[in-house]
Parts: sequence; C-alpha cells; structure tokens
Amino acid sequence: MSMNAAPTVPPKAKSEAERTLARRTRLNHWDRKYSPYLYIAPFFIIFALVGLFPLVYTAFVSVHDWNLIGGKGEFVGMENYQQVVQQPLFWKGLRNTFSIFVLSSVPQVLIGLWLAAMLDANLRAKTFWRMGVLLPYVVMPVAVGMIFSKIFADQSGMANAILGNFGIDPIRWHADVLASHVAIATMVDFRWTGYTTLILLAGMQAIPNDLYEAAVVDGAGRWKSFRSITVPSLRPTIIFVVITSTIGGLQIFDEPRMFDQQGQGGNDRQWMTVTMYLYELGWGAQKSFGRASAVAWILFLIILIIGGINFMATQRISGTGSKGDK
Amino acid sequence: MSSIGVVEQTAGKGAAKHARRRKNRATGVGSNRRGGWVTYTLLAIVLLVSFYPLYYTFLLASSDAQTIAQNPIPSLIPGDNFIDNARRVLESDIKFWQALWNSIIVAVITSVSVVLFATLAGFSFAKLRFRGRRALLVFVIATMAVPTQLGVVPLFILMSELGWTGKLIAVIVPGMVTAFGVFWMTQYFEETLPFELIEAARVDGCSMIRTFWHVALPAAKPAAAMLALFTFVASWTNFFWPFIVLGSTNPTLPVSLQLLQASYFKDFSLIMAGVVLATVPLILLFIVAGKQLVSGIMAGAVKG
Repeated sequence: MSMNAAPTVPPKAKSEAERTLARRTRLNHWDRKYSPYLYIAPFFIIFALVGLFPLVYTAFVSVHDWNLIGGKGEFVGMENYQQVVQQPLFWKGLRNTFSIFVLSSVPQVLIGLWLAAMLDANLRAKTFWRMGVLLPYVVMPVAVGMIFSKIFADQSGMANAILGNFGIDPIRWHADVLASHVAIATMVDFRWTGYTTLILLAGMQAIPNDLYEAAVVDGAGRWKSFRSITVPSLRPTIIFVVITSTIGGLQIFDEPRMFDQQGQGGNDRQWMTVTMYLYELGWGAQKSFGRASAVAWILFLIILIIGGINFMATQRISGTGSKGDK
Repeated sequence: MSSIGVVEQTAGKGAAKHARRRKNRATGVGSNRRGGWVTYTLLAIVLLVSFYPLYYTFLLASSDAQTIAQNPIPSLIPGDNFIDNARRVLESDIKFWQALWNSIIVAVITSVSVVLFATLAGFSFAKLRFRGRRALLVFVIATMAVPTQLGVVPLFILMSELGWTGKLIAVIVPGMVTAFGVFWMTQYFEETLPFELIEAARVDGCSMIRTFWHVALPAAKPAAAMLALFTFVASWTNFFWPFIVLGSTNPTLPVSLQLLQASYFKDFSLIMAGVVLATVPLILLFIVAGKQLVSGIMAGAVKG
C-alpha cells in the first residue's frame, strides 16, 4: 500500500511550478488507473496460490506415482484412477457419503421450511427465537461428533435408553449401516438446520404480501397458500441452499471421523466417507498422494455434476409447482 | 481454505431491505399472521431440543465415569465434578492451553486479514471503474462454489516444501482470503456507499488509498464486523486442514479435542469437560454477537 503514495502537494498550496503540477497530474493518473488492480490483487494472488493452484495441481499429482515420504515418482497415466475405482472401499465411501448427504439435507430443508414459516409469523422477541435456532451453529463439528457419538452409543447411549422406555429394541447405531448414517445425519442437521432456517426465513420475508392477500381472497387456507405461494416463491433460495449443502455435504469429514474413537468409519467401514477415504489413502498406511489425488479429483467432478443436476431438478420441481397452482 | 465452505452459505442482496419494509404492514393475513400460542409452544420445544445436547454435555462433564455408565439418561441436575474434570483436561497431554492459544491466534489473524483484503477488493469492484472488472467479479463469484478443500494434497506438498507443516502459518495463509468475503463487501459497497462521497474525496485531493481509508472503510464497518464474525466462527470450528497439516504436536482446539477422544474414550466425564471448555468461548461470543450473526445470515440470503 505504501507504494501507492498520496500526492505530496496539498491541493490548496498553489504551487505555480509547472513541473510539480505535471508530476501531480501524472501521479493522479496512475493512481486512478492502477489502484483498482492493486486493491484486488491480494485476493487473487493468495487465492491462486492456496486455492486454485492446489486444486488444478491435484490433477497433475493424480497421474503420478507420488508418495508422502518418497515424493514425486514417475508418470503413471490413469493407473491411480483405475486402482481407485477397482477398490470396493471407494464405492463404499461414495455410497456412505451420498446416503448421509440425502439423509441430512432432505430433513434439513423440510424442517427449515417449517421453522422458517413459524418464525415468519408476527412474533414477540423475534431476535430471541432466531438466535435460539442458530445457537448450535457455533459448536464445532468435532465437538458435535463427540457429543452425539455418546448419545448414540450402542450400549449406554441416551438414544437407545429413550427408545427402550417406549419398548423399542436397542438400535446398533455403530454397527448398522443405515443407523450409523442416520446418527451422522442428525449431527449435521443439529448444527446446520438453524442456519438454513434463517436463509429460508429471509427468502420468505421478501415475498410480497399482496400475493398472500390475493390467496386469502381466493379462499386459500394457510397450508394451501404455503404450498402455492411460499414454496414456489422461495425457489431461488431453495436452489441456493441445496447447492451449497451439496458442496459441503459431499466433502463431509469431521462428524463421521469423530463418530468413534478410531476414526476409520467403523469396523466394516460402514460410515466411511469419500473424504475420509482420501485422507486414509494420503496419510494412512498407503501414503499414496497419487491415489488420494485421484479420489479428490473424482469427488470434485461429482460435486460439479451433482450441483448441476440439483440446479436443474430444483428448478423443474418448483417450476411445475407454481404452474400447476396458478 | 476449508474454512471458506462454512461462510459461503450467504449471498445476495435485497432480502433484508424487503424484510425491513414489511415490518410496517402488520395485518392478519398471509404470512403476517400473529403467532399464536401453538407457534410459541412448538418453537420453545424446538429450542429445547436443540439446546439439550449442549446441556447434556455439561451434565456429563460435571459427572463421573461411573455415574455416566450407570445412567444413560443423565439426571437434569448437574453434578459437582466439573472443576475436577476440567482440571484433568488441562493437565492431560492434549496441550489444551497451547491449542486454545493457537485457535485464538489463527482465528484473529484470518478474520483481520479476510476483512482487510475483502474490503479493499470490494471497494475496488463496487466503486472503481477498470477494465476486466465484470469478468473478474464473475470469476470471484464462480470460485465461491469451488470445493477448494479438495486441493489438500498439493497444498500439503506445498507446505512441506516450505517447511511449514506443524506451524500455524500453514493454517493461517490458506485462510487469509475468501471469495465469499470479497463478494460480500462488494455487495455492501454497491448498496450503501454513494459515488458522490468518493468523488468529493477525490476532488479534495485525496489519493485512492486515502479515500479508501477515510471514506470507504468507516462506511464498511457493519458489514466488515459481520464478515469478521463469520470468519472467526469458521476458523474456530475448522478441523480437516489443521488436523492434516498441524497434527498433534501443535494443535488447534478441534485437533486437540480429537486427541482427547482418541486417548480417553472410556472416560466420558473427561471428554465432555474438554468439549465444554472448547465450546464455551464461542457460546460467549454468540451471546454477545449472535444478533449480528442472525442479521448477517438473513441479509445475505439469496434473491434471484
């Protein structure tokens, strides 16, 4: 910033020396021309170095025999990819990731809509209720994982004890595939539902009231107007929520990692996610950066594709909804 | 880096403006109905359910291993062992104090840095005219959707080459800028800072940087404070990258909590005491600044 020095002559000091004036004009000109680039430069330089370059370079590492300790080896083409997709573990990780993602994001959006609709009413102490739903957001996922792995403990957990009071047999949260996914999805939603709710709430508040008034005139009840006005009007907001939760959700690591003490995703890897697999390939026993990069790159492409599909699907569903109800 | 992901979730403008406008129309129809006791009751239940796991943590943290083993559903009254358990956490080998200090350092530096660079870039994008402005801005917005966490392998190689593994700088540098921050500040300047003010400063002979410092920065305070808050929370809760690059020798709080669970899995009173100690700072921050977090999320909600 110091390079971009201020003009040295104060404007009111009417120096008649032409050279000074010319210099000032020139400095001023440069200031106007180059300052904008100077100000955005830190972002672009740092982002390029620690964000973009590593991501692109991942593709380069993925076609090499590359080791945590030995460093870069020879070019191996698609071999890392072939080995990865031949591993049942990779597919298991993919399955688990998707399962956890669906189990967490669908209820999250639905509960979020429900909560937002309630918060959208004319409430006393608005801020209190809104802060209330957001509170879990400041708890770190690692802590959430530790808390809920105890709540969902198979033997002495609270979840099973409560179920037992209703005469339901204990669920093997840490052994069954689906049960472990439900437990992890619960952790995700514990932390993120409030956040999503507030985004949806802001979207709801932007809906013009005239629409609701017209619906009332037409004899629409609360549920009907929620379905035919609120939800279709929220389309962009819902798309936004779904896309961002896809990007984050498919990279999930912290909660499943903390679901038991070992952090391997269970005896049978029943809750091991793709990112956990990536970590294990790179920093676990294999120490293969090449294969870890191949996994990262595959996941990257999947996220792009799913993001696109999400976008189209959400648009279509909400689109037909609003058309059908008109 | 991975901390970006968390903050990313807000974008867009206008929603808050609409919300403000709507306050004046309190009628009995549509979504503006008055909340009845059913709504209050349901909301209260939801809040209790979402608060309970935190209270549960404290209940266990103030108990002892044997009581916990015997009572899967803890009594609602806390025990009196919390101080004891907390002391055991502090005396254990998870380096709690070091981790706390590291977390504070990283969170403070990244927050300041993100805000500074985002404000500079946002000012430039929103209020200065230059060639390539639009394209570069579109690039920034597009990068918000890029899962940069997936670049961990090369980033780790880079940090090893630099000899930064195990050092805080390896966590700080990748967190120094976020695309979201730039976007956020650009939006804010576009909506709030009039061109006339900048021109006036220029006519008075201010250089660009002085205009930024004396006109733009003071105007940006509310948005900058929110951005700092979100960055702080994201940094504090970030686990994946610090876990990889710092390891157990020089941990941040989440990394040291992970160690606690890995080494003391039988003693839940100890583990939960650790969780309480690591969580309380942000709960306190939330009590002070939660209102800003709420309005930040709502101001950022998407529109169109």
